[in-house]
Amino acid sequence: MKFILSRLASALIVVMGVSALVFLFLYMVPGDPVEVMLGESAQPADREALRRALGLDQPLLTQMGHYYYNLLHLNLGNSLYSQRPISEMLLERMPATVELALASLLVAVLIAFPMGVLAAVRKDTPWDQGAMGLSLVGMSVPNFLMGPILILVFSLWLGWFPVSGRDGLISLVLPAITLGTAMSSILSRMVRATVLETLNEDYIRTARAKGLSERLVIWRHALRNALLPVITLLGLQLGVLLGGAVITEVVFSWPGLGSLTIESIQRRDYPVVQACVLLISLAYVVVNTLTDLVYGWLDPRVRLEGGR
Amino acid sequence: MMRSVIRYGWPAAIMLLWGLFAIGGGWLGLDPNHIELSKILLAPGSDAWLGYDDLGRPLWDRLVAGAQTSFLVAVLVVLISTIVGTAIGSISAYLGGWWDHVIVRIIDIFLAFPGILLAIALAGLLGPGINNVIIALGVVGWVGFARLARAQVLTIKHREHVQAAQALGTPPLMIIWRHIIPLIMAPLIVEATFAVAGAVISEAGLSFLGLGVQPPDSSWGSMIRDGARYLLVAPHMVLVPGAALMLVVLAVNLLGDRLRDRLDVRTRPRE
Repeated sequence: MKFILSRLASALIVVMGVSALVFLFLYMVPGDPVEVMLGESAQPADREALRRALGLDQPLLTQMGHYYYNLLHLNLGNSLYSQRPISEMLLERMPATVELALASLLVAVLIAFPMGVLAAVRKDTPWDQGAMGLSLVGMSVPNFLMGPILILVFSLWLGWFPVSGRDGLISLVLPAITLGTAMSSILSRMVRATVLETLNEDYIRTARAKGLSERLVIWRHALRNALLPVITLLGLQLGVLLGGAVITEVVFSWPGLGSLTIESIQRRDYPVVQACVLLISLAYVVVNTLTDLVYGWLDPRVRLEGGR
Repeated sequence: MMRSVIRYGWPAAIMLLWGLFAIGGGWLGLDPNHIELSKILLAPGSDAWLGYDDLGRPLWDRLVAGAQTSFLVAVLVVLISTIVGTAIGSISAYLGGWWDHVIVRIIDIFLAFPGILLAIALAGLLGPGINNVIIALGVVGWVGFARLARAQVLTIKHREHVQAAQALGTPPLMIIWRHIIPLIMAPLIVEATFAVAGAVISEAGLSFLGLGVQPPDSSWGSMIRDGARYLLVAPHMVLVPGAALMLVVLAVNLLGDRLRDRLDVRTRPRE
């Protein structure tokens, strides 16, 4: 119980800090943000109206108070570009990003687990070196290169998948592979390290000494325990996924939060940019906190140590 | 022998080439903005080494100019991040107390932004340009070094030679600089190597999104962005800068792996 409370408390502090940093975004715009957003030819009256709408005429602390008040009431204001409520825009784009994230996670797990386990079990053999070499290459190919190459081969040359957009499951394949392979290269190394660590434990030696077959030792004893820490790794890797999703969404014109972020940056629609960054980061914090809690629930040792 | 040459020879060669072209590219008499209308989208061949882009500019010249961009950004970003991050992390760990508490919270907050997202937002708000790319990546980059340095200093600050220095009345900053930093150099160097790879990818990523260097300046990321529109007719526009980017990042990552083994840095207990 104490573990849960302390974990939630630190998550709350992080959430407040992230929101504060996102709030300060407008102050990082060089010059007058209102002028940048409206352009130099804007009427003084329009500028005043926007300044008031954004609350920029108020003292900083008042602005901050308003900001937190509005956040708590899920009132994110309106887009400067389309005048639509920002919360509505986010809700509209969210399903696409969640869909892409889940599909990529699936791809990553399907690749990384067999690869990592194989590399660990066959440590220092060509299997291991091959798998780790592949993961290093995977880490060195960024999403914005992987995406166009996949499009070139599988959409333009072979014609198997659509080039871009979100139209049915088939359009999900290439973006999910792009994002999933990027994640799997790091994940497979972590799976390998975790399995190797487990293979050194005393109970594995006991199992071997009992005369159990190697297959049984690995499947029944090693993997089961090795998979536990991997849950945490998955949670942490979700950050790579959510961040990388921005670029991948742009590559495939995938209508999610990432492309909304970039579109809004191009339109200088800063309130929408703030809302997108805030939402993506908060999702990350929530998932990480949940991962920690689940991990603590599965492994009592974590609870006793009071977390990491 | 052969295997170690394959594993370590070519990464070093690629990094050397990258650095040489970045520093010495200016003396090659290249003209990355020279336009030849008759050669638009021309594929690599006998009369066009690496080919031409959609405006008829030579890809080789633009590739070298892009190497300068990525090298400059990577070196400056990693330098800034290492110095600032190590300073903040080690001072925080050494002093402890409420100051350390605050720093840990700030690190947690920065780490809560997934991946490259914060850099994208910052670069977008600051506006395009190479300076803002460096600022954005630096603001994001120091955190990893601060966390690493903090963790390392925590394990070292109670050692006897540090206590001896304290007993002699050495000022804290002097102790950190003379007696602690040298001991944590190895993991910092390994982290910095991987950070170079990260900075190269991030710079190209921001430029790919249109948030990096602006035309007509060249970056591998913006070359890939331009090329993505002509994938079918001129795949070389993506593949040429893509191959350069991948090779450099792969070389840096391999070097990082090698350094980690050589300097015997372990992030986990013995495998």
